[in-house]
Amino acid sequence: MEKDNLIKYVTYLADNNLILGHRLSEWCGHGPVLEQDIALANIALDLIGQSRMYYQYAAELTGGDTTEDTLAYLRVEREYLNILLAERPNGDFGVTMARQFIYDSYHFYFLQELVKSTDTRLSQIAEKSIKEVAYHKRYSSEWLIRLGDGTEESHRRMQAGIDELWKYADEPLIPATWETPLIQQGIAPNPATIKHQIDSFRSSSMHAATLSFPKDVVAQSGGKNGMHTEYLGHLLTELQYVQRAYPGLEW
Amino acid sequence: MKKNVWPLYEVFIRSKNGLSHKHAGSIHAADADMAIENARDVYTRRQEGVSLWVVLSSEIIASNPEESDELFDPATDKIYRHPTFYDLPEELNHM
Repeated sequence: MEKDNLIKYVTYLADNNLILGHRLSEWCGHGPVLEQDIALANIALDLIGQSRMYYQYAAELTGGDTTEDTLAYLRVEREYLNILLAERPNGDFGVTMARQFIYDSYHFYFLQELVKSTDTRLSQIAEKSIKEVAYHKRYSSEWLIRLGDGTEESHRRMQAGIDELWKYADEPLIPATWETPLIQQGIAPNPATIKHQIDSFRSSSMHAATLSFPKDVVAQSGGKNGMHTEYLGHLLTELQYVQRAYPGLEW
Repeated sequence: MKKNVWPLYEVFIRSKNGLSHKHAGSIHAADADMAIENARDVYTRRQEGVSLWVVLSSEIIASNPEESDELFDPATDKIYRHPTFYDLPEELNHM
């Protein structure tokens, strides 16, 4: 039981990064300018690289025939535990930056705590990831400010991105039933300890960007229990296509 | 027309401490801060460097190609200006 919780938790962390990384990779070849096309692909690769470290750990914990590849490519939609934010479509560049800002502002402070995890493997993965994520946070918050405090149109689009996605912002801070025991054991960070830092970073960035927090938001959750939006299934058909069409293919 | 085009910056990378910055290429960016980030994302993905310079391309003053003859040709027959007639100590790595 205890091990099941840990496997779910590690898989959840992997899924967040894989799904968001895949979404970002959809920009490849479609970025607004060459420089941003490469920047988004870099972040996508960082996140997918981080997801591999978690999947490898989850596969070791699971044992048997499970590998990082079977976890990434051969599960069905309901078995993915990622937060809903990660699977949301790219929209325009403003929506993508809103999604990234919301994720990075959580991800960075989360990793700062995960470094202190009593699970040494998770602590090492966090240590390795945090420099990359520090850059992601800098990148997305600067774009938030640039576009929010830019032209009339860029402000409108940035605000629209925030308005569309804010309801998904705090899902990672709501513990799943399998997460609570891990928080008590000091394996998983306690959301209560990072919420303040996240909120204050988000507030100061939003203020600098002259953006406003949407009102009357009905928070959405469910991803941690495998309950997803209509977008994940479509994403997975593309992500899993090669392994489903040619099982076991290697190259 | 011009107002929607980001200016061009030239990118210089120091590959490791002790060496000088070398021209790597150019990128477009809205301002200096973005230029550093774009240069980082485009030119240092494979551990190319430890330090970056960016400079507005329009600020670079170049020699005139039409004056190449008078500027550079006189050096071609002055082999004695090369430090190849000395024995260098082995510790000097970057001459």
